[in-house]
Amino acid sequence: MCTWLEGVAVVALRASRRLAAVMLTALAFTLAIADASAQAPAQTPAQTAAQTLSYVGIGRAATPAEVAAWDIDVRPDFKGLPPGRGSVARGMVVWEEKCASCHGIFGESNEVFMPITGGTTAADIQTGRVARLNDASFPGRSTLMKLPTLSSLFDYIRRAMPWNNPKTLSDDDVYAVTAYVLNLGGIMADGETLSEQNVREIQQRLPNRNGMTTDHGLWPGRGFGRHGQPDVRAVACMTNCATAATVASSLPEHARNAHGNLAEQNRSVGPQRGADTTRPAPATLALAAAAMPAAVTLATPSAAPAPHAGVGKLLQTHNCMACHGMDRKLVGPSLTDVAKRYAGRSGAVGYLDGRIRAGGVGVWGPIAMPAQNLPPADAQAIALWLANGAPALTSTAQPSNSPRK
Amino acid sequence: MRGAFAAAAAAAGAGAGSAAAQGDPSILTLPAHSTGLGQPVVTDGYGRPSKWETGVQRRQSPGLTQTAQASVSFAPLQSLFGIVTPSGLHFERHHQGWWDIDPSQHRLMINGSDPRLVKKPLVFTVDELMRLPSVSRFYFIECGANTGMEWGNVAVPTCQYTHGMLSCCEFTGVPLKTLLDMAGANTRLGRYVLAEGADGSGMTRTVPMELIENGEVLVAYGQNGEMLRPENGYPLRLVVPGVQGVSWVKYLRRVEVGDQPYGTKDEALHYVDLMPGGLQRQYTSVQECKSVVTTPSGGQVLQDRGFYSVNGLAWSGRGKVAKVDVSVDGGRNWRRARLQGPVLDKCLTRFSLDWVWDGQPALVQSRATDSTGYVQPTMRQLRAVRGTRSIYHNNAVQTWHVQANGEVANVHLA
Repeated sequence: MCTWLEGVAVVALRASRRLAAVMLTALAFTLAIADASAQAPAQTPAQTAAQTLSYVGIGRAATPAEVAAWDIDVRPDFKGLPPGRGSVARGMVVWEEKCASCHGIFGESNEVFMPITGGTTAADIQTGRVARLNDASFPGRSTLMKLPTLSSLFDYIRRAMPWNNPKTLSDDDVYAVTAYVLNLGGIMADGETLSEQNVREIQQRLPNRNGMTTDHGLWPGRGFGRHGQPDVRAVACMTNCATAATVASSLPEHARNAHGNLAEQNRSVGPQRGADTTRPAPATLALAAAAMPAAVTLATPSAAPAPHAGVGKLLQTHNCMACHGMDRKLVGPSLTDVAKRYAGRSGAVGYLDGRIRAGGVGVWGPIAMPAQNLPPADAQAIALWLANGAPALTSTAQPSNSPRK
Repeated sequence: MRGAFAAAAAAAGAGAGSAAAQGDPSILTLPAHSTGLGQPVVTDGYGRPSKWETGVQRRQSPGLTQTAQASVSFAPLQSLFGIVTPSGLHFERHHQGWWDIDPSQHRLMINGSDPRLVKKPLVFTVDELMRLPSVSRFYFIECGANTGMEWGNVAVPTCQYTHGMLSCCEFTGVPLKTLLDMAGANTRLGRYVLAEGADGSGMTRTVPMELIENGEVLVAYGQNGEMLRPENGYPLRLVVPGVQGVSWVKYLRRVEVGDQPYGTKDEALHYVDLMPGGLQRQYTSVQECKSVVTTPSGGQVLQDRGFYSVNGLAWSGRGKVAKVDVSVDGGRNWRRARLQGPVLDKCLTRFSLDWVWDGQPALVQSRATDSTGYVQPTMRQLRAVRGTRSIYHNNAVQTWHVQANGEVANVHLA
């Protein structure tokens, strides 16, 4: 054993010298890289490695069949559009079988998703601008109100619909469903068929075909738009700035608990707590009451001492609650479960008293309860309470598993 | 705190036991963990947070979506420290449900919209991508619709729901440029790429070649030192720093080089910003400079008057955070906050300001300025240009109303 350890030490020593040299080199290299990249990389690994030829053995040519299997996108200029055709009539059949359950018979449903149809007019088809997009009182924004490019609708149905079984429609059925959606919006007539021959003509009927703009600064490339130029310009005033500083909008009182109890959505330790939204907002600051150590709170005598009145304090003082929950298993069994097992048994008080003071293992599982060094009277009081079925403690005597609040 | 304890001890003194008079029972009575044997190693082969931390969870906003597969969960920003989002608390946005994909069966294809654009279409396995030289960088990711419920009126109570579609991780992967170079992409003609996911939604978004050329866009497999979480795209996702989360395509299966933008569903029907006058802005992608105070924040309660550190996060999709100012009087007067290092490009930056709360109502705000000089606007300034129906790209200054009872409310100012 001894020899082996020494041997390891010698090897480690030798290794550490070598390692130190390597590490120095590596450190210098890392520093050089760090200067160059620092999150705004001037060089990619491809550039730092002499050339891409060095990545020998990585990646292989895609076969034409593989590319065809995955390259299914259709662009606004219809590049990528597969050949095919589908009638409005066929579309209705597919729609009612596979689409209507979510989107409604007429594509009007908002129960699962945003409505597909509604909000467009014959006049919009003439102008290519959906008037109701400029009407704040109109509640919804349907697919057909927004759609600028027919390819977007076709491509999406083809790649992502039906919702629970995407990419299973034949190309002809994608044409048909697209035609039916347009028919629901009054864009294609009942007897019409959509195909790769007439998509450009149908594109020119879309109600919102002229409703898009790229005249903004939020596109990160140079190809179009305002090249990062912001549309909203603020100034960082520091003192006596013009502001009303009056509250114009806040959540109504009835929505206080609409997102669930916020007390449970915050950490139970730290500078703040979550608000208990199951109750009305308190009138005043929690102040010292909140900062008061729990055991001290417990020590406040209640007006009329209940039976087992001191037990809550004892459970807290002797840290029983660190391992035992009142109603749930923590490290050890819950106190309610202990009481259930022993309540009413003859000799229960003596047994429990002994278990509390001497500890034990095996009755409730493999985790041992250590011996507890507490005054015999205290152990006796707790044992008596358990043997009586662990009756509810008064609110002032309620111990807690929570960290101090 | 010492004062509070003294007061408490005095109040309890009359009828209290002798232990309370002598001091804090947390000190005077040794707890089980000081006098007993603790738990063994590897109780849990992948450790988890303390049982006391169960309130810190990502959560759905009730009623926001009708299905849980096309939905979002919000990160608990009010409970996070520093700039890194623990992987298990990273916000989620799924368009058609999430998957835990077998990495040995996953492939990445690089091709062109026509043969001129990519000389040699390639297929990579995950093994191969992980053999290539990698980089690890910290970036924020924010959904374009973050704070989108707040364009009109106050709609949600807490920082988690107003700003929680925001996370920040260390991502590890291969620059997409490396792969495009290997495939012989023609970046003179091909100024756009289409990124496509392998999930049911087959997520697609257009990314400009400029971002790829500067080496920032990554094909990532790592997140905070381990593999991506399934909810975040395991085994591959695109990382597009500074750009809204929808472009960070998860379960990435294909990148196509093209000479036009693609007008995908999420560039034509969603993620379009409705402006006054009825035009929709298309291809809005950059997340402009923004900040939010995370503590104290909406739905929290200050327990007492006295010292607090006002903490928050600032970020910009156009560069670094240059400075953050904090106001406690609704924007009339501002003080410069401390920025906690590191301050990185397109990454969250933590700020803090010392504050002694006098118990009076306060309107707490933060306002970030980025390295381009752009100043985060107020809600009023933003609405003056973009109206209230944009849904996307709300980067307004957030106001928290600290009330006299210690409760903090989400409010909009006039």
